[in-house]
Amino acid sequence: MVDKSVIGQRSEPYEMVVERGKIREFARATMSRNPDYFDDPFAVSPPTFLMTSAFWATGSNPAASLDIDLARLLHGGQEFTFFGPPPRAGTKLTATGVVKDIYEKEGKRGGSMTFIEMATEFSDETGKVVAESKNVLIITGKSPTEDK
Amino acid sequence: MATWDELTEGTEREPLEIGPLTRTDFVRYQGASGDFNPIHHDEDFAKGAGFPSVFSVGMLQAGILGTYATDWLGAANIRNFNVQFREQVWPGDHLVCTGTVARKYDDAGEHKVDIDLLVTRVESGGAAIKGSATFVVA
Repeated sequence: MVDKSVIGQRSEPYEMVVERGKIREFARATMSRNPDYFDDPFAVSPPTFLMTSAFWATGSNPAASLDIDLARLLHGGQEFTFFGPPPRAGTKLTATGVVKDIYEKEGKRGGSMTFIEMATEFSDETGKVVAESKNVLIITGKSPTEDK
Repeated sequence: MATWDELTEGTEREPLEIGPLTRTDFVRYQGASGDFNPIHHDEDFAKGAGFPSVFSVGMLQAGILGTYATDWLGAANIRNFNVQFREQVWPGDHLVCTGTVARKYDDAGEHKVDIDLLVTRVESGGAAIKGSATFVVA
């Protein structure tokens, strides 16, 4: 059972610098050859690039305090919203994560499942919110393959 | 890059087939993203959790779908990208990305399109990812 007291808790804001080399690395890993990512000194970041906030998030993220068994963790969905072009190389973002909801559902496979909905807001140097990332994590009651 | 006049509701982009996906592809994505869940690269860990082998990171195929969509409609033009994970993707799998314009409209003076996106596993015919995106279009 996951500790539901973390619902609504916000992380300490943390810095995330959008780096040109990281954009290239990420674009390559997602099989892009688009010169907009590789050649532009002020390249925009790819649609799912904000996943790399994992490198910047601090231990104060409330989700990090949830003791999740990786063998039972599934990624249900992920959404990114941009309030303009995606953040460009050189932008210094400030990110704040929040646990939106935690709830249980009975699954057809894997027994009872726990759903964790989280969101992260990214603002630029002027304080304007430029992007938001939302995700749904699913913790299966037993390992996903145990009932086969 | 597709323009406003070229797009109508129902316009499909030429499918993109990639693969076979390798463990190296998984690891390269894990290194780039910082997600080091061992279930995607450590065979013993994956088998211990009841899986036949390691499997791909969902966000790898989501990222490939993002590549496909932004090649079509422009890296700077994307405003929303949403994916739901379905079937797992395994080493050796081939994937096909497809995209269709679902809606074409004006929003606060900007031309926009919503597109439906899909990643299909060639090996099963099933969906690995169901997705959607919104772009501004010139």
